[in-house]
Amino acid sequence: MMNSLIQGILLGGYYALIASGLTFMFSVMRIINLAHGSLAVVAAYALFALAKNLGVSPFTGLLIVLPLMAIAGFLLQRFVLDRSLRAGALVPILATFGLAIVLDNTLFEIFGANTTSLAPFVGSLSYDSIELPGGIYVGVLAVYIFATAVVVLVGLQLLLSFTPIGRAIRATSEDPDTAGLVGINARLMTATAAAIALVTVGIAGAALGMRGTFDAYSGGAQLLFAFEAAVIGGAGSVWGTLLGGIVLALAQSFGAQISPLGFLIAGHAVFFLVLFVRLLLPRLAERMRRQA
Amino acid sequence: MSALSIRTLNLHHGLLHAVRDLSLDLASGEVVALVGANGAGKTTLLRAIAGTHRPTSGSISFDGADITAVPVHRRVSLGIALVPEGRRLFAQMTVEENLKLGTMSGRPGQWTVDKVIETFPNLAARRTARAGTLSGGEQQATAIGRALMSNPSLLLLDEVSLGLSPIAVDSVYESLSELMRSGTTILLVEQDLARAMRVASRVVCLLEGRVALEGDTASLPRERVTEAYFGLNHQRVVA
Repeated sequence: MMNSLIQGILLGGYYALIASGLTFMFSVMRIINLAHGSLAVVAAYALFALAKNLGVSPFTGLLIVLPLMAIAGFLLQRFVLDRSLRAGALVPILATFGLAIVLDNTLFEIFGANTTSLAPFVGSLSYDSIELPGGIYVGVLAVYIFATAVVVLVGLQLLLSFTPIGRAIRATSEDPDTAGLVGINARLMTATAAAIALVTVGIAGAALGMRGTFDAYSGGAQLLFAFEAAVIGGAGSVWGTLLGGIVLALAQSFGAQISPLGFLIAGHAVFFLVLFVRLLLPRLAERMRRQA
Repeated sequence: MSALSIRTLNLHHGLLHAVRDLSLDLASGEVVALVGANGAGKTTLLRAIAGTHRPTSGSISFDGADITAVPVHRRVSLGIALVPEGRRLFAQMTVEENLKLGTMSGRPGQWTVDKVIETFPNLAARRTARAGTLSGGEQQATAIGRALMSNPSLLLLDEVSLGLSPIAVDSVYESLSELMRSGTTILLVEQDLARAMRVASRVVCLLEGRVALEGDTASLPRERVTEAYFGLNHQRVVA
Protein backbone atom coordinates (compact mmCIF):
# COMPACT_ATOMS: atom_id res chain seq x y z
CA MET A 1 0.00 0.00 0.00
CA MET A 2 2.64 2.46 1.13
CA ASN A 3 4.89 1.22 -1.66
CA SER A 4 2.22 1.81 -4.32
CA LEU A 5 1.64 5.28 -2.94
CA ILE A 6 5.29 6.29 -3.12
CA GLN A 7 5.90 4.70 -6.53
CA GLY A 8 2.74 6.36 -7.80
CA ILE A 9 3.81 9.79 -6.61
CA LEU A 10 7.20 9.39 -8.29
CA LEU A 11 5.59 8.22 -11.54
CA GLY A 12 3.34 11.28 -11.25
CA GLY A 13 6.48 13.39 -11.47
CA TYR A 14 7.12 11.98 -14.94
CA TYR A 15 3.55 12.70 -16.04
CA ALA A 16 3.78 16.23 -14.67
CA LEU A 17 7.06 16.72 -16.54
CA ILE A 18 5.56 15.68 -19.85
CA ALA A 19 2.38 17.66 -19.15
CA SER A 20 4.29 20.86 -18.30
CA GLY A 21 4.99 21.80 -21.92
CA LEU A 22 1.44 20.95 -22.97
CA THR A 23 -0.15 23.12 -20.26
CA PHE A 24 2.37 25.90 -20.87
CA MET A 25 1.46 26.00 -24.55
CA PHE A 26 -2.25 25.81 -23.80
CA SER A 27 -2.30 28.48 -21.09
CA VAL A 28 -0.02 30.89 -22.95
CA MET A 29 -0.91 30.34 -26.58
CA ARG A 30 -4.34 28.66 -26.39
CA ILE A 31 -3.00 25.89 -28.59
CA ILE A 32 -3.47 22.18 -27.91
CA ASN A 33 -0.39 20.62 -29.45
CA LEU A 34 -1.31 17.08 -30.51
CA ALA A 35 2.27 16.51 -31.71
CA HIS A 36 3.44 16.95 -28.10
CA GLY A 37 4.06 13.25 -27.41
CA SER A 38 5.63 12.62 -30.81
CA LEU A 39 8.02 15.55 -30.30
CA ALA A 40 9.11 14.04 -26.98
CA VAL A 41 9.81 10.75 -28.80
CA VAL A 42 11.79 12.68 -31.45
CA ALA A 43 13.96 14.11 -28.65
CA ALA A 44 14.39 10.63 -27.16
CA TYR A 45 15.48 9.23 -30.54
CA ALA A 46 17.86 12.15 -31.07
CA LEU A 47 19.52 11.37 -27.73
CA PHE A 48 19.56 7.67 -28.66
CA ALA A 49 21.25 8.37 -32.02
CA LEU A 50 23.86 10.59 -30.38
CA ALA A 51 24.59 7.94 -27.72
CA LYS A 52 24.70 4.98 -30.05
CA ASN A 53 26.64 6.48 -32.96
CA LEU A 54 28.87 9.03 -31.26
CA GLY A 55 29.03 7.67 -27.71
CA VAL A 56 27.59 10.88 -26.27
CA SER A 57 25.96 10.31 -22.87
CA PRO A 58 22.26 11.28 -22.91
CA PHE A 59 22.95 13.93 -20.25
CA THR A 60 25.61 15.58 -22.42
CA GLY A 61 23.37 14.95 -25.40
CA LEU A 62 20.72 17.20 -23.84
CA LEU A 63 23.11 20.13 -24.33
CA ILE A 64 22.78 19.52 -28.07
CA VAL A 65 19.18 18.32 -28.27
CA LEU A 66 17.53 21.00 -26.08
CA PRO A 67 18.75 23.95 -28.21
CA LEU A 68 17.61 22.04 -31.29
CA MET A 69 14.19 21.51 -29.69
CA ALA A 70 14.02 25.25 -28.96
CA ILE A 71 14.76 26.05 -32.60
CA ALA A 72 12.17 23.47 -33.69
CA GLY A 73 9.60 25.13 -31.40
CA PHE A 74 10.38 28.55 -32.81
CA LEU A 75 9.99 27.31 -36.40
CA LEU A 76 6.89 25.28 -35.52
CA GLN A 77 5.20 28.42 -34.21
CA ARG A 78 6.33 30.63 -37.10
CA PHE A 79 5.53 28.32 -39.98
CA VAL A 80 2.77 26.01 -38.73
CA LEU A 81 0.90 27.33 -35.68
CA ASP A 82 0.88 31.06 -36.54
CA ARG A 83 -0.39 30.35 -40.02
CA SER A 84 -2.95 27.75 -39.03
CA LEU A 85 -4.21 29.93 -36.15
CA ARG A 86 -5.12 32.59 -38.69
CA ALA A 87 -7.59 30.12 -40.22
CA GLY A 88 -9.42 29.56 -36.91
CA ALA A 89 -8.88 28.26 -33.39
CA LEU A 90 -9.40 24.61 -34.32
CA VAL A 91 -7.04 24.48 -37.29
CA PRO A 92 -3.82 24.26 -35.19
CA ILE A 93 -5.24 21.09 -33.59
CA LEU A 94 -5.59 19.53 -37.03
CA ALA A 95 -2.17 20.82 -38.09
CA THR A 96 -0.42 19.35 -35.05
CA PHE A 97 -2.36 16.10 -35.47
CA GLY A 98 -0.98 15.90 -39.01
CA LEU A 99 2.49 16.78 -37.76
CA ALA A 100 2.29 13.95 -35.22
CA ILE A 101 1.53 11.44 -37.99
CA VAL A 102 4.41 12.76 -40.11
CA LEU A 103 6.84 12.60 -37.18
CA ASP A 104 5.77 9.10 -36.07
CA ASN A 105 6.14 7.65 -39.55
CA THR A 106 9.42 9.45 -40.24
CA LEU A 107 10.83 7.94 -37.04
CA PHE A 108 9.51 4.54 -38.12
CA GLU A 109 11.29 4.95 -41.48
CA ILE A 110 14.59 5.87 -39.87
CA PHE A 111 14.68 3.71 -36.75
CA GLY A 112 12.39 0.82 -37.66
CA ALA A 113 9.92 -1.05 -35.50
CA ASN A 114 12.23 -2.18 -32.68
CA THR A 115 11.66 -0.79 -29.24
CA THR A 116 14.69 0.91 -27.81
CA SER A 117 15.81 2.69 -24.64
CA LEU A 118 18.32 5.17 -23.33
CA ALA A 119 18.82 3.01 -20.22
CA PRO A 120 21.97 1.24 -21.56
CA PHE A 121 23.69 4.58 -21.96
CA VAL A 122 23.19 5.93 -18.44
CA GLY A 123 25.20 3.30 -16.57
CA SER A 124 23.61 1.91 -13.44
CA LEU A 125 21.19 4.83 -13.09
CA SER A 126 18.33 2.92 -14.66
CA TYR A 127 18.34 0.29 -11.88
CA ASP A 128 19.96 2.11 -8.93
CA SER A 129 17.66 2.41 -5.97
CA ILE A 130 17.59 3.76 -2.46
CA GLU A 131 15.99 2.03 0.49
CA LEU A 132 13.50 4.03 2.49
CA PRO A 133 12.56 3.10 6.08
CA GLY A 134 10.06 0.24 6.02
CA GLY A 135 11.84 -1.74 3.32
CA ILE A 136 10.53 0.33 0.43
CA TYR A 137 12.88 0.75 -2.50
CA VAL A 138 12.60 3.72 -4.87
CA GLY A 139 14.48 4.17 -8.12
CA VAL A 140 17.10 6.90 -8.13
CA LEU A 141 16.08 7.83 -11.68
CA ALA A 142 12.42 8.18 -10.64
CA VAL A 143 13.48 10.56 -7.87
CA TYR A 144 15.58 12.56 -10.33
CA ILE A 145 12.67 12.78 -12.76
CA PHE A 146 10.30 13.90 -10.01
CA ALA A 147 12.78 16.58 -8.91
CA THR A 148 13.24 17.67 -12.54
CA ALA A 149 9.47 18.00 -12.95
CA VAL A 150 9.27 20.24 -9.88
CA VAL A 151 12.20 22.35 -11.09
CA VAL A 152 10.73 22.70 -14.60
CA LEU A 153 7.24 23.60 -13.35
CA VAL A 154 8.46 26.08 -10.74
CA GLY A 155 10.94 27.48 -13.26
CA LEU A 156 8.18 28.09 -15.82
CA GLN A 157 6.05 29.79 -13.18
CA LEU A 158 8.92 32.02 -12.00
CA LEU A 159 9.76 32.88 -15.60
CA LEU A 160 6.18 33.95 -16.29
CA SER A 161 5.73 35.83 -13.02
CA PHE A 162 8.95 37.73 -12.52
CA THR A 163 10.93 38.22 -15.71
CA PRO A 164 10.36 40.88 -18.40
CA ILE A 165 10.10 38.15 -21.03
CA GLY A 166 7.50 36.33 -18.90
CA ARG A 167 5.48 39.53 -18.56
CA ALA A 168 5.69 40.05 -22.31
CA ILE A 169 4.53 36.46 -22.94
CA ARG A 170 1.58 36.90 -20.57
CA ALA A 171 0.65 40.24 -22.13
CA THR A 172 0.79 38.72 -25.61
CA SER A 173 -1.38 35.83 -24.50
CA GLU A 174 -3.98 38.18 -23.01
CA ASP A 175 -4.14 40.69 -25.88
CA PRO A 176 -1.66 40.46 -28.77
CA ASP A 177 -2.80 43.72 -30.41
CA THR A 178 -2.32 45.79 -27.28
CA ALA A 179 0.99 44.02 -26.64
CA GLY A 180 2.16 45.52 -29.93
CA LEU A 181 1.11 48.97 -28.69
CA VAL A 182 3.48 48.76 -25.72
CA GLY A 183 6.37 47.73 -27.97
CA ILE A 184 6.18 43.95 -27.73
CA ASN A 185 6.81 41.96 -30.88
CA ALA A 186 3.87 39.60 -30.44
CA ARG A 187 4.96 37.08 -33.08
CA LEU A 188 8.45 36.88 -31.59
CA MET A 189 6.95 36.34 -28.13
CA THR A 190 4.67 33.45 -29.16
CA ALA A 191 7.56 31.84 -31.02
CA THR A 192 9.74 32.24 -27.92
CA ALA A 193 7.03 30.68 -25.78
CA ALA A 194 6.85 27.74 -28.21
CA ALA A 195 10.64 27.38 -28.01
CA ILE A 196 10.44 27.26 -24.20
CA ALA A 197 7.62 24.69 -24.37
CA LEU A 198 9.65 22.44 -26.66
CA VAL A 199 12.68 22.61 -24.36
CA THR A 200 10.48 21.04 -21.66
CA VAL A 201 9.36 18.47 -24.25
CA GLY A 202 13.02 17.63 -24.86
CA ILE A 203 13.59 17.08 -21.15
CA ALA A 204 10.47 14.92 -20.98
CA GLY A 205 11.77 12.91 -23.96
CA ALA A 206 15.02 12.22 -22.11
CA ALA A 207 13.05 11.05 -19.07
CA LEU A 208 10.89 8.83 -21.28
CA GLY A 209 13.93 7.20 -22.85
CA MET A 210 15.82 6.64 -19.62
CA ARG A 211 13.01 5.25 -17.52
CA GLY A 212 11.84 2.63 -20.02
CA THR A 213 11.50 1.66 -23.64
CA PHE A 214 10.02 3.55 -26.54
CA ASP A 215 9.41 3.06 -30.25
CA ALA A 216 8.39 5.24 -33.18
CA TYR A 217 4.72 5.14 -32.16
CA SER A 218 5.14 5.86 -28.44
CA GLY A 219 4.14 9.50 -28.92
CA GLY A 220 0.41 8.89 -28.79
CA ALA A 221 0.53 7.31 -25.33
CA GLN A 222 2.77 10.10 -24.00
CA LEU A 223 0.36 12.71 -25.35
CA LEU A 224 -2.54 10.89 -23.70
CA PHE A 225 -0.83 10.79 -20.28
CA ALA A 226 0.19 14.44 -20.59
CA PHE A 227 -3.32 15.41 -21.62
CA GLU A 228 -4.96 13.45 -18.80
CA ALA A 229 -2.57 14.90 -16.21
CA ALA A 230 -3.25 18.41 -17.56
CA VAL A 231 -7.04 17.99 -17.46
CA ILE A 232 -7.08 16.38 -14.01
CA GLY A 233 -4.86 19.18 -12.69
CA GLY A 234 -6.83 21.94 -14.41
CA ALA A 235 -4.45 23.18 -17.09
CA GLY A 236 -2.64 26.34 -16.28
CA SER A 237 -1.24 26.14 -12.78
CA VAL A 238 2.07 24.70 -11.61
CA TRP A 239 0.81 22.76 -8.63
CA GLY A 240 -2.30 21.73 -10.52
CA THR A 241 -0.17 20.07 -13.19
CA LEU A 242 1.98 18.30 -10.59
CA LEU A 243 -1.11 17.20 -8.69
CA GLY A 244 -2.77 16.05 -11.92
CA GLY A 245 0.25 13.91 -12.77
CA ILE A 246 0.32 12.40 -9.30
CA VAL A 247 -3.42 11.64 -9.23
CA LEU A 248 -3.19 9.97 -12.63
CA ALA A 249 -0.16 7.90 -11.61
CA LEU A 250 -1.70 6.91 -8.25
CA ALA A 251 -4.86 5.75 -10.00
CA GLN A 252 -2.72 3.69 -12.37
CA SER A 253 -0.57 2.09 -9.70
CA PHE A 254 -3.57 1.20 -7.52
CA GLY A 255 -5.36 -0.06 -10.60
CA ALA A 256 -2.40 -2.31 -11.32
CA GLN A 257 -2.69 -3.72 -7.79
CA ILE A 258 -6.20 -4.91 -8.55
CA SER A 259 -5.45 -6.42 -11.94
CA PRO A 260 -2.52 -6.23 -14.40
CA LEU A 261 -4.96 -4.66 -16.86
CA GLY A 262 -6.04 -2.11 -14.27
CA PHE A 263 -3.08 0.19 -14.83
CA LEU A 264 -4.39 2.02 -17.89
CA ILE A 265 -8.09 1.49 -17.15
CA ALA A 266 -7.89 3.06 -13.70
CA GLY A 267 -5.98 6.04 -15.12
CA HIS A 268 -8.57 6.65 -17.82
CA ALA A 269 -11.42 6.13 -15.34
CA VAL A 270 -10.08 8.83 -13.01
CA PHE A 271 -9.58 11.15 -15.97
CA PHE A 272 -13.20 10.69 -17.06
CA LEU A 273 -14.43 11.04 -13.51
CA VAL A 274 -12.62 14.36 -13.07
CA LEU A 275 -13.78 15.53 -16.49
CA PHE A 276 -17.44 14.79 -15.71
CA VAL A 277 -17.21 16.35 -12.27
CA ARG A 278 -15.67 19.45 -13.87
CA LEU A 279 -18.48 19.64 -16.41
CA LEU A 280 -21.38 18.72 -14.16
CA LEU A 281 -20.49 20.28 -10.82
CA PRO A 282 -20.88 23.92 -11.87
CA ARG A 283 -24.28 23.08 -13.38
CA LEU A 284 -25.37 21.20 -10.23
CA ALA A 285 -24.23 24.05 -8.04
CA GLU A 286 -26.17 26.45 -10.23
CA ARG A 287 -29.35 24.37 -9.92
CA MET A 288 -29.01 24.11 -6.15
CA ARG A 289 -28.51 27.85 -5.86
CA ARG A 290 -31.68 28.44 -7.86
CA GLN A 291 -33.69 26.06 -5.63
CA ALA A 292 -32.38 27.62 -2.43
CA MET B 1 10.85 70.52 -38.46
CA SER B 2 7.58 68.72 -38.19
CA ALA B 3 7.60 65.73 -35.85
CA LEU B 4 4.76 63.99 -37.62
CA SER B 5 3.86 64.41 -41.25
CA ILE B 6 0.88 62.67 -42.84
CA ARG B 7 0.40 62.84 -46.62
CA THR B 8 -2.82 61.98 -48.52
CA LEU B 9 -3.64 59.16 -46.15
CA ASN B 10 -6.56 56.84 -46.94
CA LEU B 11 -7.87 54.37 -44.39
CA HIS B 12 -10.57 51.75 -44.82
CA HIS B 13 -12.60 49.60 -42.45
CA GLY B 14 -13.65 46.93 -44.91
CA LEU B 15 -15.90 48.82 -47.32
CA LEU B 16 -16.09 51.93 -45.16
CA HIS B 17 -13.77 54.69 -46.30
CA ALA B 18 -12.90 56.05 -42.84
CA VAL B 19 -10.20 58.60 -43.67
CA ARG B 20 -9.99 60.28 -47.10
CA ASP B 21 -6.86 61.94 -48.55
CA LEU B 22 -5.91 63.36 -45.20
CA SER B 23 -2.74 65.42 -44.80
CA LEU B 24 -1.62 66.73 -41.43
CA ASP B 25 1.59 68.08 -39.88
CA LEU B 26 2.48 68.27 -36.22
CA ALA B 27 5.39 70.44 -35.10
CA SER B 28 7.66 69.13 -32.40
CA GLY B 29 6.25 69.91 -28.94
CA GLU B 30 2.84 70.91 -30.30
CA VAL B 31 -0.40 69.89 -28.57
CA VAL B 32 -3.11 69.27 -31.16
CA ALA B 33 -6.71 68.29 -30.49
CA LEU B 34 -8.54 66.12 -32.97
CA VAL B 35 -12.29 66.67 -32.76
CA GLY B 36 -15.26 65.47 -34.76
CA ALA B 37 -18.47 63.50 -34.50
CA ASN B 38 -18.60 59.74 -33.96
CA GLY B 39 -17.39 57.94 -37.05
CA ALA B 40 -15.42 60.93 -38.35
CA GLY B 41 -12.28 58.76 -38.44
CA LYS B 42 -10.43 60.09 -35.37
CA THR B 43 -9.70 56.75 -33.70
CA THR B 44 -8.79 55.10 -37.01
CA LEU B 45 -6.36 57.92 -37.73
CA LEU B 46 -4.66 57.52 -34.33
CA ARG B 47 -4.47 53.76 -34.81
CA ALA B 48 -2.85 54.26 -38.22
CA ILE B 49 -0.24 56.61 -36.72
CA ALA B 50 0.46 54.06 -33.96
CA GLY B 51 0.68 51.27 -36.52
CA THR B 52 -2.27 49.04 -35.65
CA HIS B 53 -4.27 50.02 -38.73
CA ARG B 54 -2.72 49.52 -42.16
CA PRO B 55 -3.31 52.45 -44.55
CA THR B 56 -4.78 51.80 -48.00
CA SER B 57 -2.61 54.54 -49.46
CA GLY B 58 -0.63 57.59 -48.42
CA SER B 59 2.36 57.97 -46.15
CA ILE B 60 3.22 58.73 -42.53
CA SER B 61 6.59 60.21 -41.61
CA PHE B 62 7.96 60.59 -38.11
CA ASP B 63 11.05 62.69 -37.32
CA GLY B 64 11.81 62.81 -41.02
CA ALA B 65 11.69 59.05 -41.66
CA ASP B 66 8.91 57.26 -43.54
CA ILE B 67 7.28 54.86 -41.06
CA THR B 68 4.29 53.76 -43.18
CA ALA B 69 5.60 50.17 -43.36
CA VAL B 70 7.15 50.02 -39.86
CA PRO B 71 5.37 47.48 -37.61
CA VAL B 72 3.60 48.69 -34.48
CA HIS B 73 6.12 47.44 -31.89
CA ARG B 74 9.02 49.16 -33.69
CA ARG B 75 7.11 52.46 -33.77
CA VAL B 76 7.02 52.34 -29.96
CA SER B 77 10.81 52.19 -29.89
CA LEU B 78 10.89 55.14 -32.30
CA GLY B 79 8.92 57.13 -29.72
CA ILE B 80 5.25 56.85 -30.67
CA ALA B 81 2.88 55.76 -27.90
CA LEU B 82 -0.90 55.39 -28.12
CA VAL B 83 -3.25 55.40 -25.15
CA PRO B 84 -5.99 53.42 -26.87
CA GLU B 85 -9.71 54.01 -26.67
CA GLY B 86 -11.16 51.92 -23.85
CA ARG B 87 -7.70 51.78 -22.16
CA ARG B 88 -6.99 48.17 -23.15
CA LEU B 89 -5.12 47.28 -19.97
CA PHE B 90 -3.94 43.75 -19.31
CA ALA B 91 -6.72 42.95 -16.84
CA GLN B 92 -5.07 39.87 -15.34
CA MET B 93 -1.87 41.75 -14.51
CA THR B 94 -1.18 44.20 -11.70
CA VAL B 95 -0.87 47.97 -12.13
CA GLU B 96 2.88 47.71 -11.65
CA GLU B 97 3.19 44.91 -14.22
CA ASN B 98 1.14 46.92 -16.71
CA LEU B 99 3.42 49.89 -16.19
CA LYS B 100 6.58 47.79 -16.50
CA LEU B 101 5.32 46.45 -19.83
CA GLY B 102 5.72 49.99 -21.11
CA THR B 103 9.50 49.62 -20.83
CA MET B 104 9.63 46.72 -23.31
CA SER B 105 10.66 49.07 -26.12
CA GLY B 106 13.84 49.93 -24.24
CA ARG B 107 13.74 53.67 -24.93
CA PRO B 108 15.82 55.55 -22.37
CA GLY B 109 14.19 58.38 -20.48
CA GLN B 110 12.95 59.81 -17.25
CA TRP B 111 9.85 57.66 -16.67
CA THR B 112 9.84 54.99 -13.96
CA VAL B 113 7.05 53.22 -12.05
CA ASP B 114 7.66 55.57 -9.11
CA LYS B 115 7.50 58.67 -11.28
CA VAL B 116 4.20 57.54 -12.86
CA ILE B 117 2.73 56.97 -9.42
CA GLU B 118 3.99 60.39 -8.34
CA THR B 119 2.22 61.89 -11.38
CA PHE B 120 -0.97 59.91 -10.77
CA PRO B 121 -1.23 59.74 -6.96
CA ASN B 122 -4.49 57.77 -7.19
CA LEU B 123 -2.40 54.73 -8.23
CA ALA B 124 -0.23 54.71 -5.10
CA ALA B 125 -2.54 52.44 -3.12
CA ARG B 126 -3.38 50.22 -6.10
CA ARG B 127 0.13 49.29 -7.18
CA THR B 128 -0.31 45.54 -6.67
CA ALA B 129 -4.01 45.42 -7.59
CA ARG B 130 -5.06 43.67 -10.78
CA ALA B 131 -5.86 46.15 -13.53
CA GLY B 132 -9.29 44.54 -13.97
CA THR B 133 -10.32 45.64 -10.47
CA LEU B 134 -9.52 49.35 -10.89
CA SER B 135 -11.99 52.21 -11.16
CA GLY B 136 -12.29 54.02 -14.49
CA GLY B 137 -10.04 56.88 -13.41
CA GLU B 138 -7.39 54.52 -12.06
CA GLN B 139 -7.52 52.47 -15.25
CA GLN B 140 -7.07 55.58 -17.36
CA ALA B 141 -4.14 56.72 -15.23
CA THR B 142 -2.54 53.27 -15.62
CA ALA B 143 -3.07 53.33 -19.39
CA ILE B 144 -1.49 56.77 -19.70
CA GLY B 145 1.30 55.73 -17.33
CA ARG B 146 1.97 52.62 -19.41
CA ALA B 147 2.34 54.77 -22.52
CA LEU B 148 4.61 57.23 -20.69
CA MET B 149 6.88 54.38 -19.53
CA SER B 150 8.05 54.01 -23.13
CA ASN B 151 9.31 57.63 -22.94
CA PRO B 152 7.44 58.74 -26.07
CA SER B 153 8.22 61.87 -28.04
CA LEU B 154 4.77 61.65 -29.66
CA LEU B 155 1.87 60.74 -27.39
CA LEU B 156 -1.49 59.83 -28.93
CA LEU B 157 -4.42 60.07 -26.50
CA ASP B 158 -7.73 58.57 -27.60
CA GLU B 159 -10.67 59.85 -25.55
CA VAL B 160 -8.99 59.69 -22.17
CA SER B 161 -12.08 61.22 -20.57
CA LEU B 162 -14.51 58.59 -21.87
CA GLY B 163 -16.52 57.01 -19.04
CA LEU B 164 -14.86 59.03 -16.29
CA SER B 165 -16.52 61.21 -13.70
CA PRO B 166 -15.94 64.98 -14.20
CA ILE B 167 -13.62 65.00 -11.19
CA ALA B 168 -11.56 62.12 -12.59
CA VAL B 169 -11.32 63.90 -15.95
CA ASP B 170 -10.04 67.03 -14.21
CA SER B 171 -7.40 65.06 -12.37
CA VAL B 172 -6.25 63.24 -15.52
CA TYR B 173 -5.84 66.54 -17.41
CA GLU B 174 -4.20 68.12 -14.37
CA SER B 175 -1.57 65.36 -14.46
CA LEU B 176 -1.15 65.77 -18.20
CA SER B 177 -0.62 69.53 -18.07
CA GLU B 178 2.99 69.21 -16.92
CA LEU B 179 3.64 66.73 -19.70
CA MET B 180 2.14 69.11 -22.24
CA ARG B 181 4.56 71.83 -21.18
CA SER B 182 7.56 69.47 -21.21
CA GLY B 183 7.98 69.37 -24.99
CA THR B 184 6.26 66.07 -25.76
CA THR B 185 4.26 66.28 -28.99
CA ILE B 186 0.67 65.33 -28.24
CA LEU B 187 -2.23 64.48 -30.52
CA LEU B 188 -5.41 63.99 -28.54
CA VAL B 189 -8.97 63.02 -29.37
CA GLU B 190 -11.46 64.69 -27.06
CA GLN B 191 -15.27 64.78 -27.19
CA ASP B 192 -15.50 67.76 -24.86
CA LEU B 193 -14.93 70.64 -27.29
CA ALA B 194 -14.43 73.28 -24.59
CA ARG B 195 -11.73 71.20 -22.92
CA ALA B 196 -10.07 70.37 -26.25
CA MET B 197 -9.90 74.09 -27.14
CA ARG B 198 -8.49 74.85 -23.68
CA VAL B 199 -5.64 72.32 -23.54
CA ALA B 200 -4.54 72.30 -27.20
CA SER B 201 -2.74 75.00 -29.14
CA ARG B 202 -4.31 73.88 -32.41
CA VAL B 203 -7.52 72.08 -33.24
CA VAL B 204 -8.21 69.84 -36.22
CA CYS B 205 -11.83 69.03 -36.94
CA LEU B 206 -12.60 65.88 -38.92
CA LEU B 207 -15.82 65.33 -40.83
CA GLU B 208 -16.46 62.07 -42.65
CA GLY B 209 -12.75 61.34 -42.88
CA ARG B 210 -11.67 64.76 -44.14
CA VAL B 211 -10.23 67.80 -42.39
CA ALA B 212 -13.23 70.16 -42.23
CA LEU B 213 -11.48 72.88 -40.26
CA GLU B 214 -8.06 73.51 -38.81
CA GLY B 215 -6.68 76.43 -36.83
CA ASP B 216 -5.12 77.86 -33.68
CA THR B 217 -7.38 77.54 -30.67
CA ALA B 218 -6.60 81.12 -29.69
CA SER B 219 -7.95 82.67 -32.88
CA LEU B 220 -10.65 80.22 -33.88
CA PRO B 221 -14.21 81.11 -32.77
CA ARG B 222 -15.92 78.20 -31.12
CA GLU B 223 -19.02 78.54 -33.30
CA ARG B 224 -17.01 77.79 -36.41
CA VAL B 225 -15.65 74.62 -34.83
CA THR B 226 -19.17 73.57 -33.85
CA GLU B 227 -20.34 74.19 -37.40
CA ALA B 228 -17.50 72.11 -38.84
CA TYR B 229 -18.07 69.45 -36.17
CA PHE B 230 -21.65 68.83 -37.24
CA GLY B 231 -20.99 69.61 -40.90
CA LEU B 232 -23.57 72.42 -41.03
CA ASN B 233 -21.75 74.30 -43.80
CA HIS B 234 -21.10 71.08 -45.58
CA GLN B 235 -24.81 70.25 -45.73
CA ARG B 236 -25.68 73.71 -46.97
CA VAL B 237 -23.25 73.35 -49.84
CA VAL B 238 -24.71 70.00 -50.77
CA ALA B 239 -28.25 71.37 -50.70
